[in-house]
Amino acid sequence: MLSLTNRSRLAAAAVGCSLSLAACGGGGDGEEVSGAAKLAGTIQIDGSSTVAPLSEAAAEGFQEEHKDVNVVVGTSGTGGGFEKFCAGETDISDASRPIKDKEIAACKAKGITYEEITVANDGLAVVVNKDNPITCLTVAQLKKIWEPGSTVANFKEVDPSFPDLPLKLFGPGTDSGTFDYFTGEINGKEGASRTDYQPSEDDNVIVKGVQGVKGGLGYFGLSYVEENPDALKAVAIDGGSGCVKPSTETVLDGTYKPLGRPLFIYASTKTVQRPEGKAFLEYYVENSDDIAKQALYVPMSDKQKAESAAKITKLQG
Amino acid sequence: MTAQTGLQPDLRGADRGLGRARGSERAAGRLFQGLLMGCLAFGVLVLVVLLTDVIRDGLPRFNLDLVRNMPSGRPARAGIQSAMMGTIWVIVTVAVITLPLGVAAAVYLEEYADKTRWYNRAIELNIQNLAAVPSVVYGILGLAFFNRAAGFGGSVLTIALTLSLLVLPIVIISCREAIRAIPTSIRDGSLALGATRLQTVRRQILPNAIPGTATGSILALSRAIGEAAPILIAASGIIFLTRNPTDLLSQATVLPIQIFNYVSRPQEEFRVVAAAGIMVLLLILLLMNATAILIRNKYQRKW
Repeated sequence: MLSLTNRSRLAAAAVGCSLSLAACGGGGDGEEVSGAAKLAGTIQIDGSSTVAPLSEAAAEGFQEEHKDVNVVVGTSGTGGGFEKFCAGETDISDASRPIKDKEIAACKAKGITYEEITVANDGLAVVVNKDNPITCLTVAQLKKIWEPGSTVANFKEVDPSFPDLPLKLFGPGTDSGTFDYFTGEINGKEGASRTDYQPSEDDNVIVKGVQGVKGGLGYFGLSYVEENPDALKAVAIDGGSGCVKPSTETVLDGTYKPLGRPLFIYASTKTVQRPEGKAFLEYYVENSDDIAKQALYVPMSDKQKAESAAKITKLQG
Repeated sequence: MTAQTGLQPDLRGADRGLGRARGSERAAGRLFQGLLMGCLAFGVLVLVVLLTDVIRDGLPRFNLDLVRNMPSGRPARAGIQSAMMGTIWVIVTVAVITLPLGVAAAVYLEEYADKTRWYNRAIELNIQNLAAVPSVVYGILGLAFFNRAAGFGGSVLTIALTLSLLVLPIVIISCREAIRAIPTSIRDGSLALGATRLQTVRRQILPNAIPGTATGSILALSRAIGEAAPILIAASGIIFLTRNPTDLLSQATVLPIQIFNYVSRPQEEFRVVAAAGIMVLLLILLLMNATAILIRNKYQRKW
């Protein structure tokens, strides 16, 4: 153990921040490097697998400009990411939902101060088989289908005007941020869902499932529908003010409610204090349009961008 | 004893019908043989379909760029280098950890352990049970002990130690089988000629157990190479890493995680990269299996 620790220290002295997590969590190492020309060090990002493609795109672009900075992106899930973030093991946490009270308390206990920075927007699409004549569902109808204990087994039971089709449900597994988000918005409580559906963490499984059954219905990220418009039919959602089709435009202008959402990263004060951390965050927000497009998400509005930039400035204190 | 007496009437019956079996029995025999063939054909068919599917999907991206490029969010540039190097680092480390431990444990249990002692029986029972523990459980263990308590972080060492725990029981069991297959006469002969127990183990038991141990260990390592779940937990499932491991404490990711990540992307092109990644993984597996067969053939001996 002793030799390990010494090793870490040597590495930390050499490159500002060693490859080992332990030395990175210590923070402050990066300050040894002068902030000017050459940035170096390791930036640890972990969290939501939904946000990971964004952080990956940011990391890739940033590393092209700063070859000596090692940005690492993990996918422990939003909850798992916050656990590591609040334990001081990571520098930035990817999150597809705002931080929860319990997680706030954990961060506080460790003295970790942070800001929530919006980086893009995501929409959830509700999809049905192409042969299904349904074009629009209200939030109430979705709730009737998906609420815990629901026994709806046919589209006809949802609304008498709907076709007589046996319902077969597909959705993400309970660990995903998408599941938390959908159940929170539709059923009113995160994690509350009927359980007799086919769960999968892989969007492709849901796609194949809904394609294969005429009465299939499922939900997942909007990006998939936009990439594969002919595979399935995305139904419009009526959140109280008429049917709105899911699309980049409707998510961004806020009319696609309630299934459009912002995606966040959480950055700690310590991260911003390191020159490479600050440079990375600034890069992330300045290039957010390209990053969001590459990761197939909806870019931020100008207002969101201004807010995110302000958050980074605020973190610097 | 009871099994023997139960066998005898049947044997007598067979003697009596020695002339020729009845037609219906012959038909049943053929049917059974056909059934066995069918089972084999099913297994092979599934494998062939799987392989053709993967190769057809992955071939367009199965080239040097795949292993020359680092992971990327842009499908055209996406490669698997860091994950492939991670997998190689991890699997070599796992082999270095599990082989000596597994063989030593097996030799102890077969050659030294007094099976009437309760602790030896407890160890044995434990090993059998450990082989059946789901891999995620080892992932949680790896996170708590290797990643956090020992401070190894999400490194090659953490991943390798976690996977070592996972496959060690399999290595021990297969090595024990190999030792058990050595005829007692060899052992007795060695001891009768005045060799000590250590000499017997070194000159007779270990060399003769090599073929069986090699085959079993490679199977165990092959299982380790394909695991994603425990690594996802023990080392946070890194999907973007542009540095190859340089030592045991380097942060690392492995092929199954990178492949899983590429498969779950919405862009169709990533699935091609994933399929090509699977081909690389299969190729590494194939190389390992070939090594096992070579070792087996070199050391195999008929009694």
